[in-house]
Amino acid sequence: MSPAPEHPRRRLVQEAIARVEGEGAMHVTLRDGRVEDVRLRIYEPPRFFEAFLRGRRFTEVPDITARICGICPVAYQMSSVAAMEDACGATVTPEIRALRRLFYCGEWIESHALHIFLLHAPDFLGLDNAFELAAEHRDVLEGALALKKAGNTLMRIIGGREIHPVNVRVGGFHRAPTRAELAEAERALEAVLAFARSAPAFVASLPTPEIELDPTFVALAEPDRYAIEGGRLRSSDGLDLGPHAFRDAFVEEQVAHSTALHSRLRDGGTYLVGPLARYALNHAQLSAGAREAAAAAGLGPVCRNPYRSIVVRAVEVLHAVEEALALLAGYVPPDPPAVDVVPRAAVGAGWTEAPRGLLWHRYAIDGDGTITAAEIVPPTSQNQRRIEEDLRACVERFADLPDDELRRRCEHAIRNHDPCISCATHFLTLEVDRR
Amino acid sequence: MTLVVVGVGNAWRGDDAAGLEVARLVAAAAPRGVRVVRAEGDQAALADLWAGARAAVVVDAASSGAPPGTVQRFDARAGRLPVRLTRSSSHAFGVAEAVELARALGRLPAALEVVAIEGACFDHGAGLSPAVAAAVEAVAAQLSARAAGCAPAR
Repeated sequence: MSPAPEHPRRRLVQEAIARVEGEGAMHVTLRDGRVEDVRLRIYEPPRFFEAFLRGRRFTEVPDITARICGICPVAYQMSSVAAMEDACGATVTPEIRALRRLFYCGEWIESHALHIFLLHAPDFLGLDNAFELAAEHRDVLEGALALKKAGNTLMRIIGGREIHPVNVRVGGFHRAPTRAELAEAERALEAVLAFARSAPAFVASLPTPEIELDPTFVALAEPDRYAIEGGRLRSSDGLDLGPHAFRDAFVEEQVAHSTALHSRLRDGGTYLVGPLARYALNHAQLSAGAREAAAAAGLGPVCRNPYRSIVVRAVEVLHAVEEALALLAGYVPPDPPAVDVVPRAAVGAGWTEAPRGLLWHRYAIDGDGTITAAEIVPPTSQNQRRIEEDLRACVERFADLPDDELRRRCEHAIRNHDPCISCATHFLTLEVDRR
Repeated sequence: MTLVVVGVGNAWRGDDAAGLEVARLVAAAAPRGVRVVRAEGDQAALADLWAGARAAVVVDAASSGAPPGTVQRFDARAGRLPVRLTRSSSHAFGVAEAVELARALGRLPAALEVVAIEGACFDHGAGLSPAVAAAVEAVAAQLSARAAGCAPAR
């Protein structure tokens, strides 16, 4: 046990949080050993996507919004086209929907593999980075790189390139890959299947703090599949909504210390989106292999320990690999690769499950297809309050540790949620002083 | 394969395109026996690009505080690279991190040189600044000459 602090007030500041996507900082204030204030300060500049979408053509949303994130561009593309097709009253064919799901599986695999093994796993062993992890667990890192590459391969073949894909359009795809073109991805996925099956047990073996929290879980749900590219919103408190009702149940607020908006339930409570929420609400729809791996890794039907989110991500990766292989086995190239989408004056809303959680888009367009309003609510801004609550719990539990160790624990608590800070920043207060 | 030249960067962010531009110029010389790759985005799979090659040169833009156009060369086999040298954001993996990961996994080629060209301006849509463009040409000429030396005799 560390000696009692010499000063009644301790301030813990981490000006740049490493191994997260984007730029953020953390401020914690303790007084007499009690937590006085906890802030996840997101200082990455706001990005104004919603503003500069206005005046653009309705067909431009997948290419513009893909630029919001280099790690999860498919999520932005899929939510944006879902919202725009809703506005225009278009319905895609089952073949197009299957190709979208396959594409999305590629992003889940590469994004989760990166986070689990290269960014998050070192935390559990007290290591500073993945190189040190590689020295101890070489086979795991080799497997992780192959797994990530298999996901990237799927994204490249379907999307035209790995980062910021260019093949998505409102109504479908510009071009459907042939079965022969997808064979490379199928071989890559088959080659990593054994590693993907072993990964949940490996990450479950990492030393994990036993903390049980009780968040309200929010995720999309579908009757016949683990929801990724669509569905209805469900919550552990009984919400059941379509995408037009999002604003009825959730509100966003600006806070002074962050360029990202904070979301909360309209009745005031915080909520959690992402792997823990999806697993709690939808685990019955996971692939057979993923359900088996989850049980073997010790996950019950609900996981309330944010430190075990890494296990749920590994289960989801296995699901995505198995799902992708099943989709590839039944792949029929959509012909034509896109349905016609005719603009009309309307408001459309759509959502999908980004690797980090629910991503909601809403657009208003006029009769000739010009965007007049855009709203995007990414998962990290929805989770930001929840992350701060986790930080508070972490600081209360580990307040006796020296600053460096407490800081490390806090960074770990933040990385439990794989925050994508670049996605979340889109707001800036403009104060005008008129005299 | 005797030599792989990897140019790393973002074509749309001013001097961050330095490595990509070096790769373009070396590729235009089309030396036989040399593979030239333009690597944009996440570098976690960098080691795959030099797999099977005896030697590799990775060229990237740097932001170390040196005067614009300064060329720094690192023998990556000799010791760890300064991780912050070529890192422009906290996004995923940069070159130095990918090299260190490859070292930990025993996947470095027999010779690996990292060439860092100091940038001046990384603004969206900006071209190369003059000092960086001159450095790019010099590095590309040197690498093209080295590549020509690697080419099998006709």
